[in-house]
Amino acid sequence: MTATLPAPDRSEVSGPPLLRVDDLHVTFAGRHRVFERHARQAPARAVDGVSLEIGEGEVVALAGESGCGKTTLARAIMGFVRPERGTIEFRGEPLGKDLRGYRREVQMVYQDPTGALNPRQTVYDSVAEGLRIHKVPGDEAELVDRALARAGLRPPGRFLLRFPHELSGGQRQRVVIAGALALEPRVIVADEPVSNLDASVRGEILRLLLQLRRDARISILIVTHDLALAWSVADRVAVMYLGRIVEVGPTRDVLLEPRHPYTRALLDVVPDAQDAGALDRPLLTGEPPDPTRIPEACRFHPRCPALADGRAAEAGVEEACRSDDPRLEPTVPEHLAACHLAHRRPAGFRVP
Amino acid sequence: MAGDSLAAKARSPRSVVWARRRLSAGRFWATYRRSVMGIAGLAILVVFVLVALLAPVLVSSDQLDVTKATGPILEGPSLAYPMGTDDAGRSVLALIVWGSRVSLAIGLLAAAVSMVVGAAVGIVAGFRGGRWDAALMRFTDWFLVLPGLPLAIVLAAILGQSMFIIVMVIGLTSWPWTARIVRSQALSVRERAYVERARGLGARDPQLILKHVLPNLFPVIFANTILSIAAAILAESALSFIGLGDPLRVSWGATLELAFAAGAPTIGAWWWIGFPGACIVLVVLAFTMCGNALEEILNPRLRQR
Amino acid sequence: MNVLEVSGLSVAAVTCEKQVPAVRGVSFGIDRGQVLGLAGESGCGKSTIGLGLLRLLPPGTEMAGRAVLNGADVLAMAPSQLGAVRWTQASVVFQGAQHALDPVIRVGNQIEEAILAHRTATRRETRARTAELLELVGLPARRARDFPNEFSGGQKQRVMIAMALACDPDLVIADEPTTALDVMVQAQVLRLLKNLQMELGLSMLFITHDLSVLAQVSDRLAVMYAGRIVEEGPADEVFGSPAHPYTAALADAFPRIGDEAFVQSPGGLDGDPPDPRELPSGCSFHPRCPRVMDRCRTIEPPSFPAGAGRRAECLLLEEGAPEAMPT
Repeated sequence: MTATLPAPDRSEVSGPPLLRVDDLHVTFAGRHRVFERHARQAPARAVDGVSLEIGEGEVVALAGESGCGKTTLARAIMGFVRPERGTIEFRGEPLGKDLRGYRREVQMVYQDPTGALNPRQTVYDSVAEGLRIHKVPGDEAELVDRALARAGLRPPGRFLLRFPHELSGGQRQRVVIAGALALEPRVIVADEPVSNLDASVRGEILRLLLQLRRDARISILIVTHDLALAWSVADRVAVMYLGRIVEVGPTRDVLLEPRHPYTRALLDVVPDAQDAGALDRPLLTGEPPDPTRIPEACRFHPRCPALADGRAAEAGVEEACRSDDPRLEPTVPEHLAACHLAHRRPAGFRVP
Repeated sequence: MAGDSLAAKARSPRSVVWARRRLSAGRFWATYRRSVMGIAGLAILVVFVLVALLAPVLVSSDQLDVTKATGPILEGPSLAYPMGTDDAGRSVLALIVWGSRVSLAIGLLAAAVSMVVGAAVGIVAGFRGGRWDAALMRFTDWFLVLPGLPLAIVLAAILGQSMFIIVMVIGLTSWPWTARIVRSQALSVRERAYVERARGLGARDPQLILKHVLPNLFPVIFANTILSIAAAILAESALSFIGLGDPLRVSWGATLELAFAAGAPTIGAWWWIGFPGACIVLVVLAFTMCGNALEEILNPRLRQR
Repeated sequence: MNVLEVSGLSVAAVTCEKQVPAVRGVSFGIDRGQVLGLAGESGCGKSTIGLGLLRLLPPGTEMAGRAVLNGADVLAMAPSQLGAVRWTQASVVFQGAQHALDPVIRVGNQIEEAILAHRTATRRETRARTAELLELVGLPARRARDFPNEFSGGQKQRVMIAMALACDPDLVIADEPTTALDVMVQAQVLRLLKNLQMELGLSMLFITHDLSVLAQVSDRLAVMYAGRIVEEGPADEVFGSPAHPYTAALADAFPRIGDEAFVQSPGGLDGDPPDPRELPSGCSFHPRCPRVMDRCRTIEPPSFPAGAGRRAECLLLEEGAPEAMPT
């Protein structure tokens, strides 16, 4: 296996969180679809009350299926969509109207590196763009060189004058990362940074992100649908379902001892060559998640296996599941879940 | 490391971008060459533009002076007067050569006005969206539904007849079409990931428009402008024909107006109507052919980008 | 006898400049009722094989070699004979199949179209068969009346599978059938495919870049790189103890939850998959190989046995038994 790049000591990651999201709500207005049988006009509650903290030098994975709101949350953190409720705080200060300063410190890496680069701009121009916008003092060419080198494109001179279509997928993503690094950000929000890249190339990009965390203490928020990826890079994992975080905690805890039935269901379907019984395990039933029709009470209860097979009733929380929206609360310190069953059981309970 | 960047600087980013531009211009020309329509249109335009530019050399401006005309009156084409003469004895050829300057100039200027206003409105509406878009588009729609020619007539009648007024009138009544086309392009470019990335880097709207949106809209604006020139020349001819043109300048439309006023059809002086008319048709046709050829070439690339 | 026996298949795509070798001398066989997984990344040629087997590649593509389907060589057939083979003996579930449905035609009609294109049957018979097919893939028969936009991504994929099964083929070629789907829906579709395959005794060529998916559904696994099959063998053996360095590296790129070795340590390779237009000399994997030897740069390795029913194209195997890949 390749060399590991471990997280800094837990004690170093103490102190106030660098980025803090508090009860965030992002709603998209209902669209009127003319040619469908059921014209939907209900608004889509993409992010429906999310609170999350990211510490300095931490790698947090935001995991979930499509429609769960993870990308919307990432874009809200970047300031691309406006939340109608809730706050986002950076270094303790809420985001103001002018995001210019904020944009130097929080940068994004995109899912599609080809689309994210202007095809008419050279690599040099794409990386220098941020420097020019913020009028960063210093020799522009030197700063660009340094950013490219940090992003693993060496020697930088070889790449300066190339155009995006002359680069491979992995190289393009490195250019996007270099463009972000040029501004020396504190936080990188990576939206599915490797899902469009070839499998054998993903490792290098992920290793680059881990290296940036180790060397420069940059915090990384990785949005991904791939729990196995979260296993291999994240310190903490937050699992989202229908606009809420339903479970969050240290990677090992969440992925090996999940407390929320949804997390368990997701883990059950991750393809694993060593897991011969995977194809026979029961799957989640019910409608796939739709942010325009979020169920009442616990949003997962219509599909919850623990409710269906009686475990919830056994624990006496069945009524609660159908009537109260569970809050994200610690089951053990640091490992939070939004599930009545998880709350009822003391520490040490795991969803089998 | 420093050595590398020094070597790279020797071939600076600027020079590479220009080298690439020359290369893609060369490729563009190679593609354009293959379009028969485009080449035919371009050839005709080159001829007319040369004629217009070289007018003082080709034909003395004295020939336009009614008082100095020495030719026979209303005579058909002959060796001395290849396009015949008008009712004052002026050579129709002279009128056409000098008229080309006016018609082309007005057409180009009016199209420029239309393009600048239309592109500006289209970009801001398409890119900003929201209330800006709604307001600007209502404003555009208002101009769109106004009947162009009657409006032009009224404006010209009120504001007077001069080249400047004609240019403004045509420009201001034809920009909505450009605005709509530019807006729809801007709407699509706005969604592109690299525009969002630039925004994420901290760019503000004006920077985004200048650096990312405008360069991508340029092909569409350019092709559209060529077609607008055709429309503008036609409009100018129409306005001059009904007598609203600048009375002091001899455009093709004005020549037609004089011809009709003198009763040329009845007299049978076909050369006085036919040649100016043919020129208008040819030039408009040439611009349209070029514009269409351009759109054909530029459109697939637009979809790729 | 094998349902499909491919030997020495080579495909060259013809671009405006020159010939690009997409597939370079590939041989494999699929038994009746067996699933062969074909793994590889972009540019390796796996999709080209999938389409090429039914001669669905663009005109001008040059193909050499043999592809014997149920005893007859597909590559040597006249176009008229091909029509009889396509869909009735082998069918394809395409990549991005969810977008292959016509949005203005009802789903039932589209399935009927597929049936009638290859069989003659009465109205009633095709209706009945369509209903049967929909139930087979887990959709209620009445949904034949619905339009594609009323189905979710996973459901559309099921419709495409139903269409592929319309004429009872012996071999189904599935090209990235679950790639664009959510992990939950992917599991459902994979489960469906596996069940159908077992129920109907289908042979399947399952093409995907996702090695972990293949390890679950395939009986045998073939790994492709730069147009050649670099390793082939029983799926669990190839995945569990790869003989070729590329297979090991590719397996590494799919971390296993619970495996401490992967924590903070994403696997993978440096460099990029090679461009078919500019293949490296010798072994095409040598620029990225963690165990490259000098000979690898000049010698193109032939196929070596790597255990029972296994083979790999790597000079490391020249001495005989496969060395264990360091993990």
